[in-house]
Amino acid sequence: MKSIVIVLGLLVAQLSAAASQVHERVLDNGLKVLVKSDHRAPVVTSQVWYKVGSSYEHGGLTGISHVLEHMMFKGTEKLAPGEFSRIIAENGGDENAFTSRDYTAYFQNLAKDRLEVAFELEAERMRNLALPKKEFLKELEVVKEERRLRTEDDPESLTFEEFNAMAYETSPYRIPVIGWAEDLEHLKVGDLQDWYSTWYAPNNATLVVVGDLEPEVVFALAEKYFGPLEAEQIPQIKPRGEPVQRGEKRIRVKAPAKEPYLILGYKATALGLGEEDWEPYALEMLASVLDGGGSARFSRDLVRGTRVAASAGAGYSAFTRLPGMFLIDGTPAKGRTVEELEQALRAQVEAVRSELVEASELERIRTQLIAGKVYELDSVYSQAVQLGRLESVGLGWPLADQYVEHLGRVTPEQIQAVAQKYLIEDNLTVARLEPQPMDGKQPHTRAAGEHASVR
Amino acid sequence: MCADRIRLLSAIWVLLALAFLGTAWAGPKIDTWETTKGARVLFVAAPDLPILDVRVVFEAGSARDGERSGLASLTAGLLTQGAGEWDADTVAERIESVGAQLSAKAARDSASLSLRTLTEQPAMDRVLETAAKVLSEPRLAESDFERVRQNRLVGLRQDQQDPRTVASKAIYNMIFGDHPYAADPAGTLETVEAMRREDLVEFHRRYYVASNAVIAIVGALSKEQARDVAERLTGGLETGERPPELPPVPDLPNQLLEELDFPSTQTHIYAGHPGMRRLDPDYFPLYVGNHILGGSGLVSLLSEEVREKRGLSYSVYSYFLPMSKRGPFLIGLQTKNDQAAKAREVMMDTVRRFRDEGPTAEELTAAIKNITGGFPLRIAGNSKIVEYLAVIGFYGLPLDYLDRFSERVSQVTAEQVHDAFGRRVHPDRLATVIVGPLAKSAANVED
Repeated sequence: MKSIVIVLGLLVAQLSAAASQVHERVLDNGLKVLVKSDHRAPVVTSQVWYKVGSSYEHGGLTGISHVLEHMMFKGTEKLAPGEFSRIIAENGGDENAFTSRDYTAYFQNLAKDRLEVAFELEAERMRNLALPKKEFLKELEVVKEERRLRTEDDPESLTFEEFNAMAYETSPYRIPVIGWAEDLEHLKVGDLQDWYSTWYAPNNATLVVVGDLEPEVVFALAEKYFGPLEAEQIPQIKPRGEPVQRGEKRIRVKAPAKEPYLILGYKATALGLGEEDWEPYALEMLASVLDGGGSARFSRDLVRGTRVAASAGAGYSAFTRLPGMFLIDGTPAKGRTVEELEQALRAQVEAVRSELVEASELERIRTQLIAGKVYELDSVYSQAVQLGRLESVGLGWPLADQYVEHLGRVTPEQIQAVAQKYLIEDNLTVARLEPQPMDGKQPHTRAAGEHASVR
Repeated sequence: MCADRIRLLSAIWVLLALAFLGTAWAGPKIDTWETTKGARVLFVAAPDLPILDVRVVFEAGSARDGERSGLASLTAGLLTQGAGEWDADTVAERIESVGAQLSAKAARDSASLSLRTLTEQPAMDRVLETAAKVLSEPRLAESDFERVRQNRLVGLRQDQQDPRTVASKAIYNMIFGDHPYAADPAGTLETVEAMRREDLVEFHRRYYVASNAVIAIVGALSKEQARDVAERLTGGLETGERPPELPPVPDLPNQLLEELDFPSTQTHIYAGHPGMRRLDPDYFPLYVGNHILGGSGLVSLLSEEVREKRGLSYSVYSYFLPMSKRGPFLIGLQTKNDQAAKAREVMMDTVRRFRDEGPTAEELTAAIKNITGGFPLRIAGNSKIVEYLAVIGFYGLPLDYLDRFSERVSQVTAEQVHDAFGRRVHPDRLATVIVGPLAKSAANVED
């Protein structure tokens, strides 16, 4: 199938040469504006990305970035609570926002002649958020409900939360994005006011627009609405690097559940951290060797082959602000134990440490990556997310057009090298969900008592 | 808050938004024909990207399961696990080594195969060859069947640890009673345990036939190429015949309430009853009306009352799921256990008030502007268009459905919404399911 890979490579070269130029302009106040024209449909996505998220938070204030995201819909000096959403809706737009470890982003998808509506509203809430206390108290209850829904009542998600807090000692990646229940309980509107004035400013944001408009039109509108906003002194945050891990860590999480669940995480690296730049790319390729679809090793060997797993996955992201983990998770097949599953997963890790991966496996992954890049062009939203994310984690948007090439250059030897360097026992944290009876007779217990639940 | 500025902002945008009402956004041009074997094809040429998207939809959903609940979805799940001379490893390798995606799943009305590939050759030919064989000659081998069945049992047990899924399965059972829509497509522990490979073979033989198939194609192909794609996908199928119509869905005779004990921090509440068909004469008034009531996210009435004003729930919504026969009208929320009764009361009051008094002229105008103004977003992208084609083809909607969509939404009047909700929404004949720790919830308002 070599010929296919070569042809696809040419195809991507043509695509990126032809249509997908990104235009950048930085306003005087420091706001970076990225525009990519896509004329397939008369629509546009407008996204504002702030460089702040749960990895900027510290103890006592966890979850504050996410609560602030909710409050961004609750009124400004000139807009009543909910008015933002009503105006976007009236103009036929979809809108929402999301918070992650490294960024908080707000987006509107609109017919192309509505872009100005989004700009006026986003500019208004970039500097003039009202944060009314009454709205805050209600919205905090909504966020607590969100935490119950997404974490407290989902045993696998609960396990993942405990796993992160166990694996990371000092890295802020130990903080759950939604925040610890206890911290949410004690959050004050004044805390939000401080957080907002610290991080929400044009020089800490990226405006990304992809759609059926010319760059000059978008730049002019951006200047008109965002240009007058004042820049802010953005604080330098402490690095909070992880100390060297000195041995495998294990945690058991007890929660009402029917099926066990297992997570293995190896401390790894990320791009732009002074390590060899090929390392994060090699780790991404390794994740695809193990779990890059139905023909990857976990599906082939563990789900279909030995049938020890009902499901198994591997994941790693090179594109994070701080070093993350190489993650593996799974659920044992019926009649198989979580111990057997762990042994099988660790044997898979041992195999990539001791043997080179096949050239055909890498060829399949390269082809999937290139095809995925073409498929991404079907959505203006996905294209914008790609740019906003790379920019916000500090790697810069030009990587969007380059990373497939970097991944394509990874060799079997490099994959073995990162497996031998990072996927070692002393770097490992293991979490097991131990299902507790669901008949209501057992108390709702947790392994880590200090953040047992708050009602 | 500065009131003057609010009015200024609003005035400008209302003027702009009004301009939408006059804008006629046409849908994409749809070509349609029948394959030699008798499958209906809908095709939209999308020359901008070298991508092909296909949906092959069969009237082979779980409504055809009979006593063997889970049969349709296990059959769909087995399709890609080996076909003709290829085992599961080979099928996966043939698809993924050219960067393509292939999957199959079953819902209540239909089962569908989804395919996405680059149009580069030989990639596209190889994917089509694989997909054709997956449809016509799936191995449905005993050993693969056993593996998929065992993993389904694990999945069903995981469903039991999720209060949302428990509540959702329960409400369908209550709303549909003896109708085939009652059962969950995934089946139950008992029915999946009892399933045999022969059941799947027979199900495939009966339902995966050309006259029971609709093919939606979107991509960088000429019409001639699209014809070829459709012929190749259906070439190995028998012509067969369409299954008999499903029975109509009866109304609920009276109020139904089920409380399920669950060790969760939140209580999940679902309420609903039979709603509307895909070809329902009240489709547009009910669709637009529900958009106002609970279908428009944060700006819906339910969200306003339950979440924005009172902070009672992270998500609250209502929807009509239109199906071949009447699908459900559903209302739902989740809230911490000790305020479940209050949240349920606010939710039901909002529904009753909207049914009895709504909508206001302002609400209707805002909804119409949102739906029609957002029309270009609905069809922006091949993956969105192919989904619409599949729906239009499967449910027999007119080919100008997308062209006329905005116009028909704009023509809905407040009287029509009021009238349709009065006839079709019945707060006094509602099924309600409450999932949470029973001792603590006391969500039953009558308590």
